[in-house]
Amino acid sequence: MRFSVNGSPVDADPAAGQVLRTVLRDLDRFDVKKGCDSGDCGACTVLLDGDPIHSCIYPAHRLEGASVTTVAGLGSSEHPHPLQKSFVDAAGFQCGFCTAGLIVTASTFTEDDLGDLPRLLKGNICRCTGYRSIRDAICGRPNTQTPASGEAAGQSVRAPAGLRIATGEEEFTLDFRTTGLLHLAVLKSPHAHARIRSIDVSHALAAEGVHAVLTHRDSPGTLFSTGRHEMRTDDPDDTLVLDPVLRFIGQRVAAVVADSVAIAERALALIEVDYEVLPGVFDPELARQPGAPLLHADKGTDQRVAAPERNVLAQLHGEMGDVDAAIASADAVATGTWQTQRVSHAALETHATRGWLDADGRLVLRTSSQVPYLVRDELCHIFGLAPSRLRVFTARVGGGFGGKQELFTEDLVTLAVLRTGRPVQYEFTREDEFTVASPRHPMRVSVTLAATSDGTLTAMAVDELMDTGAYGNHGIGVMFHSVHESISVYRCANKRVDAESVYTNNLPSGAFRGYGLGQVIFAIESAMDELARTLGMDPFELRRRNVVVPGDDMVIVEPHAETDLIYGSYGLDQCLDLVQGALAGPLPLPDSGWLGGTGMALAMIASLPPRGHYADATVTLLPDGDYEIGVGTVEFGNGTTTVHAQLVASALGTTVERVRIRQSDTDVVEYDTGAFGSAGVVVAGKALLAAASSLAELMLERAYSISPLSGGVVSGGGVLVGSLFLSASELLADGPLTATGRHDGTPRTVAFNVHGFRVAVNPDTGEVRILQSVQAADAGTVLNPEQLRGQIEGATAQAIGTALYEELRLDGAGRVTTTAFRNYHVPRFADIPVTEVLFAETFDALGPLGAKSMSEAPYNPVAPALANAIRDALGVRPSELPMSRDRLWRLASGAAR
Amino acid sequence: MDLIDVQEVRVPATRAELNVAAGEKVLAGGTWLYSVRETGLRGLVDITRLGWQPVTHTDSGLVIAATCTVAELSRLTPPSLRTDPVRAGGGDKSHGDPLALFWQCANSLLASFKIWNVATVGGNIALALPAGPMISLAASLDAEAVIWMPGGGERRMPVAEFVTGVMRTALRPGEVLREIAIPRASLESRTGFRRIALNALGRTGTLVIARRAPGGQTVFTVTGGTTRPVQLRFDGLPPASLVESRMRAIDYWYDDAHGSADWRRAMSVRFAEQLRRELQ
Repeated sequence: MRFSVNGSPVDADPAAGQVLRTVLRDLDRFDVKKGCDSGDCGACTVLLDGDPIHSCIYPAHRLEGASVTTVAGLGSSEHPHPLQKSFVDAAGFQCGFCTAGLIVTASTFTEDDLGDLPRLLKGNICRCTGYRSIRDAICGRPNTQTPASGEAAGQSVRAPAGLRIATGEEEFTLDFRTTGLLHLAVLKSPHAHARIRSIDVSHALAAEGVHAVLTHRDSPGTLFSTGRHEMRTDDPDDTLVLDPVLRFIGQRVAAVVADSVAIAERALALIEVDYEVLPGVFDPELARQPGAPLLHADKGTDQRVAAPERNVLAQLHGEMGDVDAAIASADAVATGTWQTQRVSHAALETHATRGWLDADGRLVLRTSSQVPYLVRDELCHIFGLAPSRLRVFTARVGGGFGGKQELFTEDLVTLAVLRTGRPVQYEFTREDEFTVASPRHPMRVSVTLAATSDGTLTAMAVDELMDTGAYGNHGIGVMFHSVHESISVYRCANKRVDAESVYTNNLPSGAFRGYGLGQVIFAIESAMDELARTLGMDPFELRRRNVVVPGDDMVIVEPHAETDLIYGSYGLDQCLDLVQGALAGPLPLPDSGWLGGTGMALAMIASLPPRGHYADATVTLLPDGDYEIGVGTVEFGNGTTTVHAQLVASALGTTVERVRIRQSDTDVVEYDTGAFGSAGVVVAGKALLAAASSLAELMLERAYSISPLSGGVVSGGGVLVGSLFLSASELLADGPLTATGRHDGTPRTVAFNVHGFRVAVNPDTGEVRILQSVQAADAGTVLNPEQLRGQIEGATAQAIGTALYEELRLDGAGRVTTTAFRNYHVPRFADIPVTEVLFAETFDALGPLGAKSMSEAPYNPVAPALANAIRDALGVRPSELPMSRDRLWRLASGAAR
Repeated sequence: MDLIDVQEVRVPATRAELNVAAGEKVLAGGTWLYSVRETGLRGLVDITRLGWQPVTHTDSGLVIAATCTVAELSRLTPPSLRTDPVRAGGGDKSHGDPLALFWQCANSLLASFKIWNVATVGGNIALALPAGPMISLAASLDAEAVIWMPGGGERRMPVAEFVTGVMRTALRPGEVLREIAIPRASLESRTGFRRIALNALGRTGTLVIARRAPGGQTVFTVTGGTTRPVQLRFDGLPPASLVESRMRAIDYWYDDAHGSADWRRAMSVRFAEQLRRELQ
């Protein structure tokens, strides 16, 4: 059939049942993205004869004579559409994966439509921004600046890839053609707990177009964890590439490698498996009781499983002082139990890897990962490869939020490429993201707080039970982190923690923005609010009286423990003042029948993970006076790349346009632990800054060696000595100029966030209207105000999703029932209020130019602040997330379900 | 998504060519069919090239073809009657004009205006999801479903009875939903609309439409909150207690990710009373 794409005629012969999206991508129109493949997210939006449609659900057989316009058809980097330019100038994206669809959708809007954006944008999901900057982009309000040479740091510089993203030219993981590519599909366990008695793949292997079928018999025997950290011994060795024992519904049973996804999927039905079904356990409380089915009885402390005989992966039991005595003698006690839910990262780009052998026979993986170096190292461990035989890299990644600090697709692709010698791709579907990727850990957290009548905390007891699911993954690290800064932010003589991370036959949970803190802070900050009520004390005042200040040890249950965590700066006092001040203004009265309420909460976070976080960086002077930087950090909407360019441009007296970036590739620099734990600016950024400073020194030395002068400055890509300018090509005549930098991630500092809400709640329906949302952040020096505002707004939006809407539901027997965006509500434009973002003025002694990390942290205080506001309005305290309308209605009406 | 099991798509141009074999499904807009993988779906019969007039005004009322898109349907509401769906159902007084319902029900679709360009009225009804807003619209207006029977002939039944359960309809094998016919009397009634979801523009938790005919007869239609449409009919305007007791007697409230059954029941009762007052 013939139709046109962006004005050019094309011939295509789509298969029966094929959709427009895949037809376009088969034609190398990679600007059309897959976010869901079910018509829910809008990332694939195109114009069909001028009307916007979701190409992922449009039947291709209807295309004869049609005219299709993609985002690339609206404009290019050279000749951008006004909206494309506006999205860049407004900083209307972070990862940029949704941007093409948003721009195509918005290109159909008229001036009159600008007041109707909540309705018109309900078919577009942005997981990163929180939508305020998208509104600015559509309305043509710029938020960015073009700083002069040497002045980039501290200004709202545009993201380097901006125009390429807005025009669809920027490549994400799978946006390129590979000839002879095979595709991999996975047979998933239908049982929550079973053993494979036998498996017959002969029929599948005989099917036309099938190249390999992989089962546990093909799997390396090396145990590992899909969760990745600097030290592999931080995570449990409890996982195999393909395991003969199946511990959750959806776990890999076998994989088919075939000429197409369709052939591979259809061949799955030809695999014959005889399962021995085993009893399962789905409640973490039952799982740790005697007699419960055991998931990892064959493992132990060597695999870093704390107590396999009661399904306990990790545990922390400790007490300082005498908590019970302090509670008994207290003037006020607040206690409660809080429950949090599983939350999906919902990064719009699903997990995916494409792998091949290069000309030297070296395995190359291009993957959607936050941690390419850690992936390389672990694959070398699993498959017994030398690091020189494996290259792992990423293009731009479409969102992460911790979900890509995992090894979910790379190991199978490695196995398949090594088996077939052919290029192989494995791409998660959106359903995979909901059913087999690792959501936020659900937790049950009981908190008891005690205080004297003047508001001095005297006891703090936390009892935490988290469901890590069938595999340990991040279940050790999340548990320890969850009770760290949440508890150590308060000074208190008597503290007790009982925390356990427990295996069940549910899908494994994993790393997610805040790394466990959000769940425990929800409980502790709710309890603090209750304590303030009991004491009749202002909640800000109660915090001021008890939070740590410089000089205080940050203690969980072990006083004077050795730590590299210090106060490089301190802005919590300012954050409390800023939010309290913002909430003091007048507020419109809620509508009749609605109840008003105010709430706040605070959060502390370490600036990066403990036990080492390493980054190597290089900066090279190029003959044209540009600089090339090499850095391991992945860009997935974190904005780190922008800041890296700013740091280098400032140190070398140039502009960000003259900084060329090579990144996130094990071939580019020696090593980088990865972009997690908010480390991108404070570790790799510091390494880059050191490299840039060294290069400046080298350039000056070179200048002095070729001229008799002294007292020069590096500027404009060369060295300026008085009125004499030595250009890059002159400096490079005597040889190349490259400098390296390295940072080891220690010592670490702390950052703070305080959030405040004013809400109206309708007790008759459970609806919550957010009337005011304000967050103050102590991020040290603000290197890019607009980007930082975007991170805080985006984290707030994500946390509002957690607080009010999002819930991955299971049926009680291990099966996920919310398997598409239509059943799992990621906040849309209509759901997210504007959040005022305020910055404390601090300068950190450790971070680059005084900056601290700020990407996970803003998530953490939001849910409890909202819960506290709802408690204030309703007079009853919500104790379960999400605080959905049906739950709040039930709470307000006192109804039992 | 690509429907990888589908081997053939047939596109009939006349009724004579329109037949649906085992393993085949009728394809209208496709916005649902192409959004889920259905194992064993071998073929599709595309009914969008049969040349059906989307909307026909007749002496007896309004006839809407099954293949009328939601976008076309939404335009039946004049701009002056198009309410802001962000606040709809939140106790705002509704327009009394039944023409407002076309816009309100289109906006009750979870999907956005982009999907409206492709999704069809008949597809939404035949899919028979509790939250299908075209079911709400048609049922509340006492529309009849016109069903083409295989081999010729047709039968008619109220849309409220056409949907028999969650994704279940009265369609028999080989039958095709041809159109819905809205009687003139329904369009001369006064109506009221209330809807709530778990979020501002979310999939319907419950949707209640009340309609009072010129002769005083009043009917409350509940969809979304129940597993199939419910209609409560009264000769005149009923007292509050009667509406409430009839509502509470309903015993097939729906429970899923879009709301618990107890909340859906409570919201439905609340909306029915609000609408009863509104139509006084």
